[in-house]
Amino acid sequence: MTYVEWLIYIFLGIGLFFNFLASVGLMRFPDVYTRLHAGTKCTTFGSIFLSLAVIIYGIWKYHEGDTPLISLSIHTFIALVAIMLTNPTGAHAIARAAHRSGVKPAMAVVDDLEEKEEENDDD
Amino acid sequence: MLAFIGTTIFCFIVWLTLTFNGHMWGTDEIIAGIFLSVVGGIAARKVFVKDFKMANPKRWLFFIAYLGPFFYQMAKANFDVAYRVITGKINPGIVKMSPGLKSDTALTFLANSITLTPGTLSVDTDDEKNLYVHWINVDEEALKKMPRPCEPVCSTFPKWARRVAE
Repeated sequence: MTYVEWLIYIFLGIGLFFNFLASVGLMRFPDVYTRLHAGTKCTTFGSIFLSLAVIIYGIWKYHEGDTPLISLSIHTFIALVAIMLTNPTGAHAIARAAHRSGVKPAMAVVDDLEEKEEENDDD
Repeated sequence: MLAFIGTTIFCFIVWLTLTFNGHMWGTDEIIAGIFLSVVGGIAARKVFVKDFKMANPKRWLFFIAYLGPFFYQMAKANFDVAYRVITGKINPGIVKMSPGLKSDTALTFLANSITLTPGTLSVDTDDEKNLYVHWINVDEEALKKMPRPCEPVCSTFPKWARRVAE
């Protein structure tokens, strides 16, 4: 195996590890907010490494003379940018909708947002 | 008009990167690209360009420089959350903090950065541009002060958001 292949396998390993942790966290954590932490953030980090492995594979094959495979790298890069843009937006929307519909954060030591919403109800 | 031209050029660049396959583009591809970019530019010009503040190349250089510290923080926080997933030690809460930003673009930028960093998740914002952040491991020290300090939640992100988007 060449060094490039080793690098690809290491990146795939890291990506799979974090995606696995995300699915474990999804079952372990108590409520919607903490599950969002596991389900969106670890997945982003894992997906970055999985995508990096694909990008490196495409560039490597391009270098060896298989020219059309460079489009694989470019498309994966665009998909990565799309993940980085949509992931926080989606997590933010779910969390806000959950709090608006009255889901309290479990085990919370502090909830400043609830105080603010109570003030608004008084008005 | 300027918004239309900017959007069209952006669409065309995306088209070129999507259709690149290791060889130069054919004439038919270029013509189809120009046609579709003009359609995209007409359709999306009002959504895509609000003002021309972000056209300043200095902001883009700051954005590229920001990627370094951002990915460092992201990796560090990822290991922290991985530790919490395995051990189950969490101390969650929603804290209010005032990053002191003025523009909506900067606040969106900061909120997305905070959400992309594991362990913190921006839930809501209000008219005074305060952020409500769900924090998976609330620092006891930070709770004593009101308003809460930004430093433990998002390190130097507000400074960068000010440079990039304000």
